[in-house]
This record gives sequence, C-alpha cells and structure tokens, in this order.
Amino acid sequence: MASMLLTTMRSCHVSPSLAMRFGARSLSTTAQLQAQVQTKSKKTLARPGVKNIVLVEGVRTPFLLSGTTYADLMPHDLARAALQGLLNKTGVPRDAVDYIIYGTVIQEVKTSNVAREAALGAGFSDKIPAHTVTMACISSNQAMTSGAGLIAAGQCDAIVAGGVEFMSDVPIRHSRKMRKTMLALNKAKTVGQRLSLIGSIRMAHLAPELPAVAEFSTAETMGHSADRLAAAFGVSRLEQDEFALRSHTLAKKAQDGGLLEDVISFKVPGRDIVSKDNGIRPSSMEQMSKLKAAFVKPHGTVTAANSSFLTDGASAVLIMSEEKALAMGYKPKAYLRDFVYVSQDPKDQLLLGPTYGTPKVLERAGLTMNDIDVFEFHEAFAGQIMANLKAMDSDWFGQTYLGRKSKVGAPPMEKFNLWGGSLSLGHPFGATGCRLVTTVAHRLKKEGGQYGLVAACAAGGQGHAMVIEAYPQ
Amino acid sequence: MAVVRAVGQINNLLCWPSLLIIIVSLHQARTHVSYELKDDVAVVRLHDPTAKVNTLSSQMQSDLKEVMGEIWSNKSVKSAVFISSKPGCFIAGADINMIQSCQSSEEAARLSQEGQKMFEQIEKSPIPIVAAIHGSCLGGGLEFAIACQYRIATRSKKTVLGTPEVMLGLLPGAGGTQRLPKMVGLPDAFDMMLTGRRIRADKAKKMGLVNQLVDPLGPGLKPAEERTIEYLEEIAVGVAKGISNKKVPLTKEKSLKEKLQDKLMDLAPVRKKIFKTVSEKAQNQSKGFYPAPAKIIECVQTGLEQGREAGYLAESENFGKLAMSPESKSLIGVYHGQMACRKNHFGSQRRKADGNGLAQVSIDKGLTTILKDTDVESISRGQEHIYTSLDNKVKRKFMTSFERDVIMSNLSVQLDYSGFESADMVIEAVVEDMDIKHQVLKEVEAVIPPHCIFATNTSALPVTEIAAASKRPEKVIGMHYFSPVDKMQLLEIVTTDKTSQDTIASAFSLGVKQGKTVIVVKVSVTLKCYFDHYLGYHVFLFNAYGSRYGESDTRLLETLLERGFKGRKSGKGFFLYEKGKNYKNDIYWFHRLISRVVNESLLCLQEGVLRNPVEGDIGAIFGFGYPPSIGGPFRFVDTFGAERLVSIMRKYEEVYGAPFTPCQLLLDHAKDPSKKFYK
Repeated sequence: MASMLLTTMRSCHVSPSLAMRFGARSLSTTAQLQAQVQTKSKKTLARPGVKNIVLVEGVRTPFLLSGTTYADLMPHDLARAALQGLLNKTGVPRDAVDYIIYGTVIQEVKTSNVAREAALGAGFSDKIPAHTVTMACISSNQAMTSGAGLIAAGQCDAIVAGGVEFMSDVPIRHSRKMRKTMLALNKAKTVGQRLSLIGSIRMAHLAPELPAVAEFSTAETMGHSADRLAAAFGVSRLEQDEFALRSHTLAKKAQDGGLLEDVISFKVPGRDIVSKDNGIRPSSMEQMSKLKAAFVKPHGTVTAANSSFLTDGASAVLIMSEEKALAMGYKPKAYLRDFVYVSQDPKDQLLLGPTYGTPKVLERAGLTMNDIDVFEFHEAFAGQIMANLKAMDSDWFGQTYLGRKSKVGAPPMEKFNLWGGSLSLGHPFGATGCRLVTTVAHRLKKEGGQYGLVAACAAGGQGHAMVIEAYPQ
Repeated sequence: MAVVRAVGQINNLLCWPSLLIIIVSLHQARTHVSYELKDDVAVVRLHDPTAKVNTLSSQMQSDLKEVMGEIWSNKSVKSAVFISSKPGCFIAGADINMIQSCQSSEEAARLSQEGQKMFEQIEKSPIPIVAAIHGSCLGGGLEFAIACQYRIATRSKKTVLGTPEVMLGLLPGAGGTQRLPKMVGLPDAFDMMLTGRRIRADKAKKMGLVNQLVDPLGPGLKPAEERTIEYLEEIAVGVAKGISNKKVPLTKEKSLKEKLQDKLMDLAPVRKKIFKTVSEKAQNQSKGFYPAPAKIIECVQTGLEQGREAGYLAESENFGKLAMSPESKSLIGVYHGQMACRKNHFGSQRRKADGNGLAQVSIDKGLTTILKDTDVESISRGQEHIYTSLDNKVKRKFMTSFERDVIMSNLSVQLDYSGFESADMVIEAVVEDMDIKHQVLKEVEAVIPPHCIFATNTSALPVTEIAAASKRPEKVIGMHYFSPVDKMQLLEIVTTDKTSQDTIASAFSLGVKQGKTVIVVKVSVTLKCYFDHYLGYHVFLFNAYGSRYGESDTRLLETLLERGFKGRKSGKGFFLYEKGKNYKNDIYWFHRLISRVVNESLLCLQEGVLRNPVEGDIGAIFGFGYPPSIGGPFRFVDTFGAERLVSIMRKYEEVYGAPFTPCQLLLDHAKDPSKKFYK
C-alpha cells in the first residue's frame, strides 16, 4: 500500500525529496491503521490423521560476502559448521537423526553429494544416509519439504535439512573443445597420437567457461530479468533503493538487538572466529542513487546496492514429528504446515514465484492474508520484491494470470521482513530457505503471532511458499 | 494521478494563453499525429486511424508539419520524442498508393523533395528529437528516424529497420541515400539500400543505426506490449531530457579502428574502388533488369562527391524516374498481389497438420506434427534436417536453444499410423506414382477421423484422379509446396470439383499460418507451365493433360542447340553472355518463351483454373520464377499490349503450330485495348 502511494507520488513528477517525505509519512500512517487487532479465521492448522511436523531448531553460519573470511574453505566445510552448530545447540544424540538432506546450487564437483561429505565430518553417525537436492534459490526449502515428506510418509521421525552455498570458489571449466581434447588424450595410445592431439590445441581452446547466474533456457542473467520485471511493474529506482535501505536498516537493528539468534559462531581455520553477518551496510539514499545500473545499461534501475550480493553461508534445521520431539524432551519452535511449489514463464515472470505461491498456499491452508502475522519473503532484488507486491496488489494481474476474481492483496509492510532479508543479510542460494523458516519461527515467538508465511522465487521461473504455525507457548 | 498530470499541462498552457486557443482549434483536423507535454519534453504520437500500419501518407505528413511547427514555436519545449501508438509498427514506410498515383516523374520527384525538405527540418531542429522505435521502421520511416538526433529501439523481434525501396524498384527518396552512408558507413549503407534487408535491433545498434536499445517487457500491471511501449516512452523522455541538459552525448566517441576506417573512406581512390566494386556487384546480381540499384549508387556518389544539395537533387530526380519505370510498377504490383494472397477469403479454421518435409514449417508455428516415413534412415534424415535448420537459427541468435527444443517437441517421428486417429490434417508427400498415392490414401483413410483433411503434395499428378480413390473426396485437396519448403514462399492449393469450401478454408489458413503466400487453383498451374512450356519439356504431363500439350515444344531446345546457343560456355543460351556487359535477353528467345507462358496463363484464367489475375501473377513469380521485373504474365499483357503479343504469336504459330495459337481471352484483349487485367 505504501508502495502504491509512492508510485502515485512519483508519476506525478514530484521532486524526489518531497516524494520521500510523503512516502515516509504514509508508511507510518499505514502502520497505525493496520496495527488493529485482527481475529484469526482458524485456531490451528492441525488436521486429524495428518502428522504434525515441527521445527525443533534452526541455525546458520554467519553469511559473509563471498571472497572474505571464508574464501579458502570448501562448501562442505561451511555445511559442516552449520551441522555441528545444530548438534551443539540441540544436543541431539549423534545417531538419533534418521536422514540428512542438503540443498545447494553451484556444486563443487569433488563433493557433489555435499550432504554426505558434510555429515561425515560434522560428527553425525556414519549410519545416517544423506542426499543433496537442488532447486536454485529454494534448494533448502526443497530439502526441508523433502524431509517433511519422509516424516509424513512414516519413513523417518527426525530429519536434518539444510543448505549451503559457497560463491568464493566456483567450478570454472576448460572450454568444451579443450575438455574433448583432454579426454581424447587420456585414451591416446601412442606418442604420435598424443602429440597430434596436443598439436591440435589452439589459443581459443584455452578460454575458460565461467558459470553465470543466468537462465539456461533464455540465456538471460537474473539481474537483467529482474530489471525488466521491475520495469514491467513500473517500479522506480527510488522505490528499489528505499526498499534496499529498509532491508539494511532493519537487519542492522536486528543484528544490534541480538535478534538473529540463529547465527552460530564459526572458527575459520587460520582466521578469527566469525560470529556476525558482514553484508549489512545501511547506506544513504544519496550514496545509493549515485550507483550506475548493473545489468540493463544505461537506463536500468537494478544496481549493486538494491540487489542481493554473492554470499557464502550454510544453514541447518532439525525437524521432527511432534511426538518424537516431545518424546525426546524438546520444546518445538513451530509447526511446518502447508507448502506449495509453483512455476511459471522463466522469461517474463522469472521472479514472480511469491505472487503465484502465496494465494495458493493460503488457500490450501484455509487462511487469508489477514491471518498471517509474519511475512518472510526472499529478497533477491529490491525490484523483484516491489514487483511481487505490486502484482499481488493488482486486480488485473490477479484476474489475468492467477485466475482469481480479484487481487491477492499485498502483505502489509509492518509485518514484512522485519529483521532484514536477503538484500542485507546475504543470499547463499542453497541456504536461504532454512534461514527464512527459522526467522519466521523466531519472529512468531518474539512478536507473539500465530501464523507466518515464507515465500521465495527461484531460477527457472519457480517459486515456493509455506505456512508456519507458532508452537503453543 | 491523471488529474495531477492534467493540471500540470494546463499550468503549462496557461503561461501561453494564445497558444491554448490554437491547440484547441486545430485539434479537430489532426487525426494522425498528436502530442502531449511531459515537463519540457513534447511526446509526439503517430497513429493512422485509417490503416493497420502507420505510413507517411499526406495526412500524416501535414499533421506532422503542423505539430512540429507548434512545438518549435513553443519556447518551453526543450526536446521532443517521436513514438508510434500503433502496436508493432513505428512507420512502415511511404504510402505506396501516393507514389502509384503520380502521373509523371516530375510529380514523383516533387514527392521526394517534400520528404527531403521535411526531414531536413527535423535534422536541423533547434531542439533535440528522439525517435522511439518499436516495430517496423522501414523505408520512409527509417529515413524519418535517421533524420532525428537520437534513436532508441526496442530489442523486440517485431522491431526491424531497413530500406526496402529497392525491392519495389525505387530508392530511398527522402534523404536516405544521403544520410544513411554518413550514419553507418558506405559498406553497410549500400548493403541496406541495395538488398532491402531488414535489420534487427541488436544489429542496428552495432551498426550505429540506433543509439540505444530497450528490452521488451513481460506483463506487469498491463499487457506486455502496452507496457513495453509505455516503458519505451519513459526511457525516451528521460534521454530527451538528458540530451537537452547535455547529460547524454549525441555522438559516441569513435574507436581508433572506426576513426581509421573513416579516414580511409575519405580517400578518393578508396571511395572510387568501393563504388566500382559495388556497381559491378549490383550489375551482376540485377543482370541489368532492375534500374534501381544503379540509381541508388549514383545518388550516394553524387552526394559524397558534389555535396548535399547535388545529392538531394540526384535523389529526387532519380526517384521520379524510377517511380515511373515499368519495373517499379511491376514490382509494386507483385507486392500488392503477395499481400492479397495472404488474406483468407474462405473463412478460417484451426487445424493440425501431418506431413513430410513440411513438418518444419508446421512445428515452428506450434502445430503438433507427426512425420511418418517408411524406413528408419529416412526418418532420421528428416529429423536431422529439421534440427539442423533450427539449430542454425540458434547459432545466428535468431532463437534460443530452449525455443528450438520446444519447437522440436512438437514433432513426433514414426513408421506407423499411430496418432493419425486424432489428426486434423494429413499431407502426403510420397513419390509421384498414382498407384502409390492411391495406396497411401486408402491406408490413411482407414485410420483418420471423419473430419480429417487429406492433402496431397503432388506436383505432377492430377488431384482429381488421386481423389477418385477416396471414400470422401470432399476432404481431399492438393497442397503443392515448393522445394525447399522452408525457403519458398508459394503454396498452391489445388482443388477438385468435389473439394468442399470448408476443406479449402482449412488448407488456406494452414498455409497462411505456415507463412506462405497462397494461391487457389483448379489444376497445378505452375508446374504445368514450368514443365510443359518454359522448357518445352513434356514428359511428366503427357498423360496428365491430354493432347493439347502432347505436341509440346522440344523443338525449342533442339533449335537452341542447332544454332549453337549452348549456354554460358558458348556465350549464348537463353541469355547472351558478353564479357563486361549485362546479361541480355535475346529478344527472339524471350518472345518465343514468354509468349507461350503468358498464353497458357491466360488460358488458365479463361478456363477457370485460376481464380483471378493476381493469383496467376503471384503463382508465376514465386512458383516458376517468372521475372518480377515484368510483373507476372497478366501484368505483362497489360503493359506489353495484347495486340502486339498476338501479332508476335501469330508469327511463331506459322512455324510451330498450335502451341502458339493465342487463346480467346488474349484475342479479346487484343481486340479491345481498354480491357486490362489490372485497373
């Protein structure tokens, strides 16, 4: 709503500073309006005959800008740190876990099943099987829901799910031609064959292949798509910078206030102990406005300051069936309730996952927007979040693309990502999902709400949403 | 929001009360061009309410002049943006009818001069003008755009820029031959003007034809196309402000390589060499049948060597001459014909197709297609062929690998008839053998549903006879594609007396969907003419069409050989090959060949095989390569004169007999010179 007001302001060609003042004012007024007590349409989402699945604990390593303190590690080192953190925090017996699932996006070739490599080194029993899943930015969401599925199916009672991403080192490959020659060299039998193969190598073959954060199907980088998405929804540069600044400011506040209790300390070999995220940098609008467009040049609106940055980090959660958790003497943090995965056009709607997922999961759970106390949306780009909010607030979009009679309605900002988000805390692709879920559980507890909603977009034009219910105090 | 904007505008106007009155009073007369002020930027919108696309019609031009006059006299306007409100079209070109209605070359030259004058004013505009281009920007539209100070184009597939005048036998007559070489350099300018090639946005940016690109947007709070145009306007307004504030430079700093290239081009001998090479190449390719390329080169050369004024003069004079040339008239006729052959007069229906080599043109239009063949090798070859041609498009960045894969997924390849039970249309392309055709028809009819159409891609066998074996002849039709199917644009639909209208409609709409120019005939006209008469080669049709064609003219080839016209190596054949000169038709052979083709074509119309002269001309040009410079057999009779043709044919008739007997329709036209095929 506030954002809507802001747009209106802007299209009236009011000078930016004026718009900002108005924007700020409208933000606070809405806050007062929405703060009225709402009655929930449901007491609990528990259903007869359906197992209750609970989140026992969630932890994460500090999220660091890639190329900083974690630079010399390997992905499984980070995952191991998160797993050890979870072990320490919960004191769960090393063999009490039935299964371990990890999500990751850019795979280190040496540890393609990073879940197993990390688990082995983290002190879990070597009798616990582990597998790795990948679903772009919702990989650890997939890890958690796969685990939930195993519990619901009666296969397992206790699952560790998590995610890891390590952008300080990514697999850079030889060119296809070079690889072909090298493989042929392996098979060459005579010196003559070898020499002729070596002789066939040209300068051009030596050019390496770098992984890109680009869609394979459309060859468009995600930032470019986000810029087009923002433009499609008429999201201005100012709105994006404002949202990014909000994220950083809120994250800083949460960090300083000690609210980010899921962060564990991690002694990096050869370096100091790391215990804080290092990407939170509240700046000023003036400074942010100086940056040039990062993807669509020269007129684009997505910049380095209003995009999430390349991050190293890992997360882990312990989820159990309610009976098991209680039997083991745990006090669960929250119930993991309904969840959905959605997918849509990977070109023009690449990052609209939350818009598609939110109404679908609410409908599944029989809840309305008003029932949700805590919103945690993955912030890939400020422009992407603003576009999603506008899409949810548009009757035309709801009717044309969601098959609804009217709009979904945008989440109120005073419930939205109040402890920062991926823009400020960082976004290790594979690890963000667990952070979102743990944050919802912690915020529900802190703010005294009942229902929380997680939503995220992912490459490939996919999305995810999950409803989380506070565990009775 | 709208209110605020309106108030802003009124505020603007209130400062100049007299202006307000002018605007209101003129507003009614202006239908094609409107403008609004966004701060100090005038956004000029082009929209021709009377047509599907914007053209530089006289109304458009006068509206533009008027609007520009107002903008230039309004001192508060610091820059302007030109944008079209027509989806998918900036300006598609000059108004062809306007050129066609010219009675003399002086009149046509005046048209050109008016264009030159208007665009020169735009070029010398006191405020910067930005052209915001989405969709086709061709011919006069491009000349308009390059007269502006800055060009922004959408990177949409719909956005194409080019100077296709040469394809209509004309030249860019509104300053294009003068501005384009300066803008993109001689080689690229010649390439554009002499080939009429359409240039996509990416390429245009690289060439320096446009300054900035804007990505097409997906759907947001509005449909994608609508928002894209709006976005383009926002960006263009921003750039226009930037230019007037001197924040956006008008010219890009040239790289060392470019500077060097420019220097080199400035040297007289280098330039001379370029002109020489280009002239030779143009002569070679046009074989002297088309005057436009030479004139284009002449205009460019005059402009570069004797200055702008001389260049303009050469341009307008040559434009006038070309507009009156029979070649241009023929080519414009062909263009109109082509457009007419893409309109379905039979109603439209959606159908799926099964077929052979045609599979490719079907799958990339989203039609689920089965390719059935008799053996694994053929199937594999077919699939490979389709894949390779799609993959080449990927390599040229015409489509993504993902789009290629999606298109390929519409194709299913098999040896049996499974899946035929849900087909809407089957197109067979088996060998030309009546027994095999009948066998296939029976096999197919045993498995297809009742509504399914059976189309035969025969080139030599009569469709009526093929249909005779059918249980449901109303569903049988001939669809004659030309090889290679993905390149040749003609589709000849051959009907029988029993073919139903519904069947024709479906075949037609499929053809149009496949991107074909479609003509509907009773008997395959093109092949008949091609084999039977063009070369005097009658083996194929001997059985098919009976005695009149029986005595076909192998004598033509014999005579050619006797007289030593053995083709290129002997220096003469159908053409005369003389070193350093254009290929020339030997007038004797020309008349001997063309008269029979023309006569046969007229006969087709006379007997109702052809429905109208337009389809006849299109079929002749795109089917068997009738020279477009003389515009098709029917147009040829109009321009050459029926009487003259009859007298020539009578001479041949004395020597060669019946094949040269003029048909009744031709005789009718000869008797009454007021009779014309084209009005």
